[in-house]
Amino acid sequence: MKLLSGPDLSLGPERLAAHVQRLGPLPQGGHALVEVLVRSGLTGRGGAAFPVGLKWRVVAAASRGSAVVIVNGAEGEPHSKKDRLLMASRPHLVIDGALLAAASVHAREIVLCIGEGHHAARRSMSEAVAERADHERRMMRIVAAPARYVAGDSSATVHLVDAGVATPTTTPPPPRERGVGGAATLVQNVETLAHVALIARTGVATGTLLITVAGSVRAPGVYEVNAGTTLGEAVQLAGGTSSPARAVLLGGYFGQWIESGAAWSLPIDPHALRDRGLSLGCGVIGVLPTSHCPVCEVAGIMRFLASESSAQCGPCFFGLRALADACTRIAERGTDPGDLQRLQRWSAEVQGRGACKHPDGAVMFLRSAMKTFEDDFAQHPAHQRRSA
Amino acid sequence: MTKQLELVVDRIKCDGRGLCAEILPELIRLDSWGYPIVAPGPILDHLVGLAERAVDDCPVLAIALRRTQAPKAKAR
Amino acid sequence: MSNQLLWYTTRGAGAVSLVLLSAVVVLGILSVLRIQTAGWPRFLTVGLHRNLALMTLVFLALHIVTAVVDPFTHLGWLAAVVPFSSYYRTFWLGLGTIAFELLLAIVVTSLVRGLIGQVAWRLVHWLTYASWPVAVVHGVGTGTDAWSAWLFALQAACVVAVLAAIGYRLMAGSRDPLANARSSFQSAVDRRETR
Repeated sequence: MKLLSGPDLSLGPERLAAHVQRLGPLPQGGHALVEVLVRSGLTGRGGAAFPVGLKWRVVAAASRGSAVVIVNGAEGEPHSKKDRLLMASRPHLVIDGALLAAASVHAREIVLCIGEGHHAARRSMSEAVAERADHERRMMRIVAAPARYVAGDSSATVHLVDAGVATPTTTPPPPRERGVGGAATLVQNVETLAHVALIARTGVATGTLLITVAGSVRAPGVYEVNAGTTLGEAVQLAGGTSSPARAVLLGGYFGQWIESGAAWSLPIDPHALRDRGLSLGCGVIGVLPTSHCPVCEVAGIMRFLASESSAQCGPCFFGLRALADACTRIAERGTDPGDLQRLQRWSAEVQGRGACKHPDGAVMFLRSAMKTFEDDFAQHPAHQRRSA
Repeated sequence: MTKQLELVVDRIKCDGRGLCAEILPELIRLDSWGYPIVAPGPILDHLVGLAERAVDDCPVLAIALRRTQAPKAKAR
Repeated sequence: MSNQLLWYTTRGAGAVSLVLLSAVVVLGILSVLRIQTAGWPRFLTVGLHRNLALMTLVFLALHIVTAVVDPFTHLGWLAAVVPFSSYYRTFWLGLGTIAFELLLAIVVTSLVRGLIGQVAWRLVHWLTYASWPVAVVHGVGTGTDAWSAWLFALQAACVVAVLAAIGYRLMAGSRDPLANARSSFQSAVDRRETR
């Protein structure tokens, strides 16, 4: 059984009746489900890939009957579309997952955080909530998340729900111990909860994952693939490359660059990737064609990440801006050994020195780019900035 | 016996005033933008007094002393 | 104790208190402005600010005690804590009591800042801008020799120094380099009305 099984996606959201007829009624949440999740090996699909069962155990233990579940559907990653697709087409899978989570961590409240720009997703989820039984509907409410990159950070969603402002907060204590209103809070990605809804019915992991293929492929979009499918096979699913590929960015803007030759054989599987020091992150697979200058591309993404800093921590705001400016100088005016040194020095100064993971993600993205495109960075000619 | 204390900076409260680095240059230096970089690890006994002063003098209470924690599994 | 001695001590301690308090206010402003030079580190501003504030309380205590025990004024101890409760120069003395109590609140909250937290501390600290002018007006109104040359010059110098510091502060704007970016990001992601 797959997440996207069922009626054709073009038919819009699957209604409750059809959902129940296809999959059966909502199973029981609770301690038993937590153990099933631990055994299934399910890891979070929001980017951090933390084991879901373990997370639920911790929140359940910290809960005093008034825990809160936040469904993270902010999806602020520019190229990622899987979460909004799930919400727009299979809202009841997501809601089932949320209700199961609430039962398992002893929560009385579910907040559905949906990105402001995801209108179809919002409409679909709102209608789906209205279809549910009274006691389920009463627990849930929808909160619109601003369309900013850091709005999807766990502590930012908690802050948004708690205080109305979507900025990350200092994390000891973490949301799972003290979140909304001081209560233990479980923040879980939309896709993760959809997996839970299926695992609760079958007892085993779905064995599939959602990825968004973007960049120079013929049919970019969301695809559900079996775990272990290679990147090359996934790209074939997306119509194959539309022009020769230089490299793949795996995991979105906080991800890693891999030379296309080495990329195609990589398995799309969180555990296998982790063994290779890589991560699927938010599931975006970006294909960079040879026709695009990687240095210019990286500079554009660094400028974006710098502009998305919440400006709460000096090292992040100033550091990412300095790194982005240096990348842009290399992109526009050509390589300068001073800039290369500055990139190394500032990366070391910025890493780990923000309240959230935004600067870390950006620095690791840049480091991976400088390693994979070492020659391009070392010998970049001056040329006009291409639109990134 | 060493007290196993470490300095922790609240990155959001910190606004780069720099007093901590003036008071305890042995352990704290400022980065390229004026924000503190704290040397990792427990504080040596003879520096604990200065560390306490750095904590007291911070105009925004952004730096604190706490017991070194056992390394936790990364959970996000 | 000779009345003259008590009286001179009251006035002298009062004058010193005013000078110290004015210096404390100026140093507080310099601290916010992050003033620093090669020879004058920031912790010196903060340290002096704190130590002079404590010294101000010492001289204030001397000023108040000598005023109360002076038989000429007929002040009871009550007048030191309840504003406008004295028969002797009721209004001007009352102002002094107010200024003193505000300062006491400021100093005590500063001593326990770790316990009450930054926000509460800061709110009380703003009372400085009430305490200082009230103290100045008290000095001008109460002193028998308020218009003697030396005291007048002293008070004028204090007022000029503090007003100059305040003026400079108002013109300088925030010294926090993140202030603008932080507040514009906050307003972009603030959803408090629509919740």
